Amino acid sequence: MLIKQAPDIRSSEITDERLYRNRRQFIRAASGAAVGAVAGATVLGQYDGALHAQEPISDLRKSPLSTDEDPNSYEDITSYNNFYEFGTDKGDPARYADEMTIAPWSVRIEGEMHTPAADVDIDDLLRPHTLEERIYRLRCVEAWSMVVPWVGFPLGDLIKRFEPTSKAKFVKFTTLHRPEEMRGQRSRVLQWPYVEALRMDEAMHPLAILAVGMYGKTLLNQQGAPLRLVVPWKYGFKSIKSIVKIEFVEDQPRNSWNISAPNEYGFYSNVNPEVNHPRWSQASERRIGSFFRIRTQMFNGYADQVASLYDGMDLERNF
Amino acid sequence: MGVRRIKPWVFAACLIPLGLLVWRGFTGGLTANPIEFITHRTGDWTLRFLLIALAITPLRRLTGWAALASFRRMLGLFAFFYVVLHFSTYVVLDFFFAFDLILDDIVERRYITAGFTGFVLLIPLALTSTQRMIRRLGGARWRRLHRLIYVAAIAGVVHYYWLVKADVRLPLIYAAILAVLLGTRLWFRFAKSAQKRSRVVSPTKRSGDVAADAGTVG
Repeated sequence: MLIKQAPDIRSSEITDERLYRNRRQFIRAASGAAVGAVAGATVLGQYDGALHAQEPISDLRKSPLSTDEDPNSYEDITSYNNFYEFGTDKGDPARYADEMTIAPWSVRIEGEMHTPAADVDIDDLLRPHTLEERIYRLRCVEAWSMVVPWVGFPLGDLIKRFEPTSKAKFVKFTTLHRPEEMRGQRSRVLQWPYVEALRMDEAMHPLAILAVGMYGKTLLNQQGAPLRLVVPWKYGFKSIKSIVKIEFVEDQPRNSWNISAPNEYGFYSNVNPEVNHPRWSQASERRIGSFFRIRTQMFNGYADQVASLYDGMDLERNF
Repeated sequence: MGVRRIKPWVFAACLIPLGLLVWRGFTGGLTANPIEFITHRTGDWTLRFLLIALAITPLRRLTGWAALASFRRMLGLFAFFYVVLHFSTYVVLDFFFAFDLILDDIVERRYITAGFTGFVLLIPLALTSTQRMIRRLGGARWRRLHRLIYVAAIAGVVHYYWLVKADVRLPLIYAAILAVLLGTRLWFRFAKSAQKRSRVVSPTKRSGDVAADAGTVG
């Protein structure tokens, strides 16, 4: 099967700037000035062992992999979340995620690797890495999208440190399971703990990052603090949050949504406007904060970088 | 208190959900995705008003308060009012008249197919809700036509059930309530026909009872 590249957006499809601005103004007016609510997030930059540094670090490295689109507001990004561990309403994570304790935090690294399995404290895990800003499009399978200025580092850098063996074909991630602090886990909406996985070459791709912050500040709990995955060419649910375990495995793991509804969510879950979800057309999406729907792009607009990973694969079958 | 006095208050109460939405619109309470929020809220209230309207007849039979029946039309029309808002939000705000995408949705997405079916079924009911239309159709035909509300309500609940991703608890609550409301109708129908049968075999029953029974049909 050929991987078709999304055609460039015709100028007729681009929202008139004035309309767009008016719309934004309207929405901004309508959504009030709840910006005060963002207090409490700390600021970070190049990692210096102090994840909770209070001073903004000015020399956060920019990345050529960032999009130049306008990021969504801090308020929108931190108030509209899917994190079923805290409830299924978009507002639930912002309401209840602060019940989760994120310090101390360690990540179990195990599986097919040359270095010994270990529980690594989050500070030790992050110390060798240089944080940078990655402004990415985020496309949810529910046909809405955002632009998020993540702070993180390439997942591949971390993988190399732990020297996976040749048997490590997949990287599997697991979210914290702590029902007493994560109220959504008290009902079996999904199978807990939440798990996700990437093929090794996907995980090593420079676009795949582990994020620890956003807008130059540490992540809020509802965003998957203190450590989450960001894979911008896949639907949002692949970008697993609040990671406590990273495993190198030989066989393809099943991810949580695939276990929940195998005919709706595949392992790959690449953004693909031509393969529809039974519930949502994937042809278009609503960018949060703007009125008109926009056409969804193949691989969420990252086809130039990632299409070669799937050469020769039938993406309709491997959805 | 007479029905005439209560009615305006019930009417006003039915507008509260819309009022709350407008209020949220002006105070920033519509979330980061206002269109989705409005769609969900108007959909919720469509289902709720359908269930409330369907609860009138069982409640009337249970309590014997005949005046309840005079609220049925208003509540049903409010269900229609909210479904029109719901559908317009989808067509205008969500898809901005992109009829190719909408048509694709109606055909391809089963939850949209179900929801659209329910909406279409409610249209003739709203159109024939006037006193004049009832007279024109005749009571029996009008009643038969208005049984479509059962199908519409089922379609609405199925629409909701198919829409949610994983958490089906709320749709199941709606389904359970609807099942009870429809179940009581079956039960009444069954009880009534059993009564009729027993009447045939027991000629001792006085004719006055039959007349009283006829008065409660509806």
